[in-house]
Amino acid sequence: MNGSAATTSGPPPVSMTRYLIGRNGWTIGVYALLGLLFFFTFAVNPKFSAYDLRSLALGALPAALAAVAEAVVVFAAGIDLSVGALIAVSNVLAASLMVNADFAHSLGLAAVVLAALTVAGLINGLIIILSRVPDIVVTLAMSFVWSGVALLIMSQPGGGAPPEFLALATGTFMTPWVPNALIVLVVTVAIVWLPIRSRPIGLSIFATGSDPQAAMRSGVNVVRARLTAYALCGFFSGAAGLALTMNTGAGDPLSGGFFTLTAVATIVLGGVSLAGGHGGLLGPLAAAYVLALISSDLIFLGVSPSYGQVIQGTIMVLVVMAGGLAALRRSAK
Amino acid sequence: MSESFGGVTTWRGLAALVAPNGWGRFLQDRPLVALAALLVLLTALVDILSPGAVSPDWVAATLIFAAPLGLIAAGQTLVILTGGIDLSVGVVATTAGYVMATLSPNGAVEAILVGLGLGVLIGLINGFGVAVFQVQPLIMTLGMGLVVTGVLNVYAQQTVAAGAVPVVPDVIRQLGAGRILGIIPNSLVLWSLLGVVIIVALKRSGYGRVLYATGNNRIACRLAGVRVWQVLLVTYAVAGLLSAVGGILLSGTTNVADRGLAEPYLLPSVAAVVIGGTSVFGGAGGYSGTMMGALILTIVAGLLVVVHAPAAMGQIVYGGIILVVAAAYARVVTEQT
Amino acid sequence: MIVSGASMSEPILEIHGLAKNYGPVVALRAADVTVRAGEQHGIMGANGAGKSTLVKILTGVVRPDAGTISVRGQVRAIRSPTEARRSGLATVYQESSLIPDLTLEQNFRLTRTPLPAVRRWLDELGLHGFDARIMARELPLATLRVLDLARALAADPQILILDEMTAALPADLTETVFRMLGQWRKSGRALVFISHRLADVSSICDGVTVLRDGVTAGVVEPVRGHEDQIVALMLGNVPRPVGVAVSSAEESHESSRAAVLEARGLRAGGALRNVSLEVRRGEVLGVAALEGQGQQELFDCLAGVRRPDGGEILVDGRVRSFRDPQDAIRQGVVLIPADRAQALLRLRSVQENVALPMVNRPKRWGLINVAREGSQVLQAIRRLEIDTRAQSEVRRMSGGNQQKVTIARWLASGFKTLLCFDPTRGIDIGTKRQIYGLIRELAASGAAVLIFTSELSEIQLVCDRVIVVFDGSVVGEMPARVADEATLLRTAHGMAADPGSAVAGAVS
Repeated sequence: MNGSAATTSGPPPVSMTRYLIGRNGWTIGVYALLGLLFFFTFAVNPKFSAYDLRSLALGALPAALAAVAEAVVVFAAGIDLSVGALIAVSNVLAASLMVNADFAHSLGLAAVVLAALTVAGLINGLIIILSRVPDIVVTLAMSFVWSGVALLIMSQPGGGAPPEFLALATGTFMTPWVPNALIVLVVTVAIVWLPIRSRPIGLSIFATGSDPQAAMRSGVNVVRARLTAYALCGFFSGAAGLALTMNTGAGDPLSGGFFTLTAVATIVLGGVSLAGGHGGLLGPLAAAYVLALISSDLIFLGVSPSYGQVIQGTIMVLVVMAGGLAALRRSAK
Repeated sequence: MSESFGGVTTWRGLAALVAPNGWGRFLQDRPLVALAALLVLLTALVDILSPGAVSPDWVAATLIFAAPLGLIAAGQTLVILTGGIDLSVGVVATTAGYVMATLSPNGAVEAILVGLGLGVLIGLINGFGVAVFQVQPLIMTLGMGLVVTGVLNVYAQQTVAAGAVPVVPDVIRQLGAGRILGIIPNSLVLWSLLGVVIIVALKRSGYGRVLYATGNNRIACRLAGVRVWQVLLVTYAVAGLLSAVGGILLSGTTNVADRGLAEPYLLPSVAAVVIGGTSVFGGAGGYSGTMMGALILTIVAGLLVVVHAPAAMGQIVYGGIILVVAAAYARVVTEQT
Repeated sequence: MIVSGASMSEPILEIHGLAKNYGPVVALRAADVTVRAGEQHGIMGANGAGKSTLVKILTGVVRPDAGTISVRGQVRAIRSPTEARRSGLATVYQESSLIPDLTLEQNFRLTRTPLPAVRRWLDELGLHGFDARIMARELPLATLRVLDLARALAADPQILILDEMTAALPADLTETVFRMLGQWRKSGRALVFISHRLADVSSICDGVTVLRDGVTAGVVEPVRGHEDQIVALMLGNVPRPVGVAVSSAEESHESSRAAVLEARGLRAGGALRNVSLEVRRGEVLGVAALEGQGQQELFDCLAGVRRPDGGEILVDGRVRSFRDPQDAIRQGVVLIPADRAQALLRLRSVQENVALPMVNRPKRWGLINVAREGSQVLQAIRRLEIDTRAQSEVRRMSGGNQQKVTIARWLASGFKTLLCFDPTRGIDIGTKRQIYGLIRELAASGAAVLIFTSELSEIQLVCDRVIVVFDGSVVGEMPARVADEATLLRTAHGMAADPGSAVAGAVS
């Protein structure tokens, strides 16, 4: 409370560019890491071809979409442990609906699947809000329920989809070096998230996660914001399931597997704080590719997948410890 | 609810006698009663759906299968009481069981000690991350789970390559599947003993007090001079130990030691805690509820087998039960505050 | 600033008979406020008089039990913040409504406030060229408050409500804000200014409504330099039942008592700038201050809750550094915080709450000797006359009893210096007297007590000596017998003590 004029314009005494870079430091770091990894990949595998790039993108696609699904909920300071189960539902739903469809129909059916999963996400959100049970417990319980639903739809792996539909993700675009999977990822996220993110509805999601009291003072409908977040989570989980269908060409009710935990790990690596309120999708997208690339590099180098797991897990633990340390130092000031 | 005419001649009178402040308050003060009632109901259901199924053998089998879950859920209970969660309990249990089995040809006792020691070590690392670096428990234990899974796989490959075959020692098999006098399962004895220790510690020891206090209100702890990081460190280490015990017991029960041993026990361990009435926010609840929760879940699993329910229904029912019970607790608790 | 002739215009805001109860606690009994177009109207009142409840009702956060609110003659039912806005009311809350993790631009887009409008108001306030890409959490509090104001004004309200807004602003900025608002209201709008800063209120307000005990005690046209009218209304003309004024025994021996706890030049967090004090054995030292003058930081440093940025703390003459409250407790310094929620384990029993410090170290984590602990706890409970069995849950107790539990805790565990931060906030009269009586007893048996209370009228009931803190420093020190409410109120507001009093305290 001194009388100086330090309050005239507020910004810190560095240039705007440096400020923006500082704020997005983590994301930039992840992309830098990705770049380094690519260098490394080409170094150890000079024969890294367009085909390899394509399989990388294809493999990373469902995980990346799962990370996006989880990230949206985390922005609102929530969590969804049923993402994996939702992905399984989407996968088997798509595979059973599309098994005899032609390409045109399959697109329509894909839209149906996305709508259905959005509703599923909304159901998660409604139960959380109405039952007043914490989101961890609700989504944990719902992960069982949705797994059961997946098994109801398809008790054994099976189903299928028209090859043109699969090619949406497995093919390449214009040149062999631009995998469709990457395009699908970027387009899906851009079309759905970008318009929401800058509108009040998207901002209200972040506001709810950052400071619910201030949000209410600002006139934000916190309930609606949370429901939107869970609905979006459903949508992107549906997209991830569709991606999985494109990847495997079939449906498997047990395909949910490790998606949930990996999604949480991916967004943390991508710089999203589980406390909610801030972050973006750029970081998690890159983090998904980082993890996929590490994994494929290790396979190429003949390192057994278990070592790969150790490395991935250790990286995550060290990263979050470092993150925790940084947060501690910041709050002690 | 105030009618009691000359004794308990009416239902209302009976209700008023038993629960003068209303059922909500009664259930809240004594959740074990509700759980016990649920347990009885489920047992009755088993007998209805499969007449004659409920026999002393059935009870023993249920207890034998509930014990490992109960022990893994014990560690989970302690961690959740502090307001955290431990997503590595399944992995820790598996590791302890597997490593013990691979080392047992060189001496069962040493092997068991190593298994337990590993549990404590992993728990300490978890606790360190949560207490000192203030990493969120979800993430810390998740990451450690991944790391340990990978390390375990590497270890497994090496032992297999070296020709060592995991063998579950006799003493553990007896512990896991044997019975005293042909009736009382050994694992029940172990579980009960540990259960008593845990319950007494929670109710009557200084550690129990600060544990509840930490989950209740960390600021109050700090103001009263409690060093919260110490509490967290010890709690996660103990959780690791208990998970290790559960894993070793499980390998004895199933006479199997492989890398998928206790993976499926993670989510049920949280479910048992939630059903047992311990709040996910921490600070309230206890182990006796978790023990009931473990029994309930085991019976439900058995029930689904008895009715030949397809896997799908089983999952849905499982999830539904957790939701319903948790919602009931939430309703009852918020009414009182 | 003498009042202009605005008093004859139409009323733009009329509040009649507003009442609100929270269970047995009456927050508002019958409040009436009338604000005319073009007027700057202040609302003042001591803590607990009903100011904050009134604001909550006006902003749609809380619904009144009775009474009406009319804007420009039309009765409005304000059920939500949105409806408040639609009724023409814009509020700058006590805490910023900007979302910390969003940039300014995002914040304004969130509330659909056009950026040019905000910039226009900021220009009027002298804040030029700020970059809207900054995240709100990076900005200093003063800037956030000005942005809150600009946002409220950009909504083009009929009535602007400022709730303790100037507390965070430096003097020059405050002046600019007032100047600008003075212009703004001339277009037929009105400003409602809620504050405890007497000087500000009497400078800019044409009229002041004073609340006391939930009703409107009076309306005054303030004159700068003669605020006694307002002070009198806040206190009440009826002599308050002060109760037994405890005689500060053995005043003459004060200075010869040993200082158990001492602060020298303590500085922390910006609000606490330079405080030195001595708490002596057998003495109750009171701290009188308005909200946010640094007393929270002072107590936090002394209790080990935070580290001071500068200065020293001495216990029994030796410099000590407290890393955490356990260090302080080991030196016999214990804290009773204002917010009972901070000190209590709500879901646990009284016994557990009282016995908590007894298990605060790993050495004490073994099995508890239930009988011995039980008797220690029972002793403390009896001494405080806590009205419950030791096994029931704390959350079901009344506020007064809950506060007694926090005190019982230290009674049972022992201490040398007791730090009480506003211990009687929100507690009924009877329990208050009991607690004060206990504190006097504790001092008489050798404890050293430092107490902060926001209820200035009660300082004399419990303290031997009083220091007054304003703007982070000690601005006055006096023996309790001259520390009556009027004197304290003036000193605490940074003004000179009433020249009419026998002993004048230090002048700010």
